[in-house]
Amino acid sequence: MRHYVLVVKEDCETCRMIQPVAAALASSTELRIFSQDNPGFPGDLPDGFTIEDDRELANSFELKIEIVPTLICYDDAQESERLEGWDRSAWERVCAQNFSASLPAFRPGCGSKSQDPGMAEKLAVKYGSQQLKARRVNIADGEDEVEACYDRGWSDGLPLVPPTEIRVVRMLQGTLRAADDIVGDVPPDYAPCSIEKIAINAVMAGCKPEYLPVVIAAVEAALMDEFCMHGLLATTYFSGPMVLVNGPLSRAIGMNSRGNALGQGNRANATIGRALQLVIRNVGGGRPGGVDRSALGNPGKYTFCFAEDETGSCWESYAEERGFSREASTVSLFAADGVQGIVDQKSRTPESLSRSFAAGLRVVSHPKMVMAADAFLVISPEHERVFRDAGWSKARLKAELHDLLQIPGSELIVGAGGISEGLPEKLKGQMLPKFREGGLNIVRAGGSAGLFSAIIAGWGASGKIGSVPVTREIL
Amino acid sequence: MSSFLDPTAELAPESRIPLPRRESLVGLKVGFLDISKPRGNIFIARLDELLTQAGAIPRHYAKPTFTRIAPVELKQQIATECDVVIEALAD
Repeated sequence: MRHYVLVVKEDCETCRMIQPVAAALASSTELRIFSQDNPGFPGDLPDGFTIEDDRELANSFELKIEIVPTLICYDDAQESERLEGWDRSAWERVCAQNFSASLPAFRPGCGSKSQDPGMAEKLAVKYGSQQLKARRVNIADGEDEVEACYDRGWSDGLPLVPPTEIRVVRMLQGTLRAADDIVGDVPPDYAPCSIEKIAINAVMAGCKPEYLPVVIAAVEAALMDEFCMHGLLATTYFSGPMVLVNGPLSRAIGMNSRGNALGQGNRANATIGRALQLVIRNVGGGRPGGVDRSALGNPGKYTFCFAEDETGSCWESYAEERGFSREASTVSLFAADGVQGIVDQKSRTPESLSRSFAAGLRVVSHPKMVMAADAFLVISPEHERVFRDAGWSKARLKAELHDLLQIPGSELIVGAGGISEGLPEKLKGQMLPKFREGGLNIVRAGGSAGLFSAIIAGWGASGKIGSVPVTREIL
Repeated sequence: MSSFLDPTAELAPESRIPLPRRESLVGLKVGFLDISKPRGNIFIARLDELLTQAGAIPRHYAKPTFTRIAPVELKQQIATECDVVIEALAD
């Protein structure tokens, strides 16, 4: 048994043009007509024929209509053919009849109202194609939506984008992962974290859907055992997770790796780092005054995320050093404090500039502490140029810094320099490196003007005792 | 009325009732958990001295590193061997 479904809207010129065709089909075939905007359209149908009102678009959504007019042909209740727009010969073949010679051979249709901007997500929510599992939190009439998020303790202190169902559905379109896929257990509560929960927090942070894969990779990286997210959260130290993004995706989503890369003003940088922190806060339950025992914290605990400037660098990227290809996009996490600047506007040789860097790096944590905190050295283009012109590789610079940062134990022991802080007396005769093996990393970022670089010091419990930097590919 | 999706782990808050206070320290098995931070041992040693004088029986434990949560085996050992536990956070 053959029957037809025709979906139209009056606002479409092609739909208006085919009204005689609709009338002919209505009188000669088994036909249902759905009208998206006017249940009185099309006109001139046989007496007793009922047009089905689809202004709520339930049928258009169910039928996955993208174009009007759409004619669907069913044989024995199975869709056998679908025609979009007007193609005279195709319609005549499918309907097994000839239509008026005055109609053109071809005319494209219009977009279905179910495809209007933002409508697809609204219909997905309304008609339940996207099954979200999170508990619904009812907001009373008259309750301010932003204040409601504060009242429920979800905020890091800044306003949040209210996580409505439609925003979360839109966010989830940024990933192919299933909403109920569990990425791991988030400390300190070790609560299971689904893609859906990450998406909800990404909405609140202000992310675009295209950032979601980066946020997911950042959460997965934070949950790697060697990153030690629990201890990093609980510590009295300053640190929080710093997010470094490498690869083509960082450029595709418009991340900033140049001027003010470590600062404000770029949506992707700002919201990806914030989303990770919100996941730790809301899913993991990690909050200041609770398990987060930081004495001072640092401003990066709101958000700390930037991209490495790979395209302008003469050196291999951090991700390449970690074994990833230049085409791969990755997220790396580092347990980081804030930013300490290094100003050197006079050095024009790598020997001199590396000594400046070493002098700055010597004071990480405390000038008398060694092999405690890791560090990232963020080298700006004007400083990098000094090494580029002299032909120094990144490995060469690291090796030189390693040599420059060998410190006599006599300067480090308890009481040296009149400072009680220090190492045991027994280390007095030894030379000790400032950083553990692999504890000093170098990336390039920053604007084209300014003979400045930056040290991002790490947690005092860097290394196997606490946290080591981790990298994950963004998939 | 509108609604939001809950961004939390939905661990329903429960009001928890504190355990009853011990009436006596005599014979009480007290676990001391050193989380391996500097000077925690000094704090524990002093408490051990005071509680032992009061008749308690001290037992000592330590986490491998202060940066990570205690291993399950250690928690189970303390739970089975002690009546109460005191943790030295040092900071």
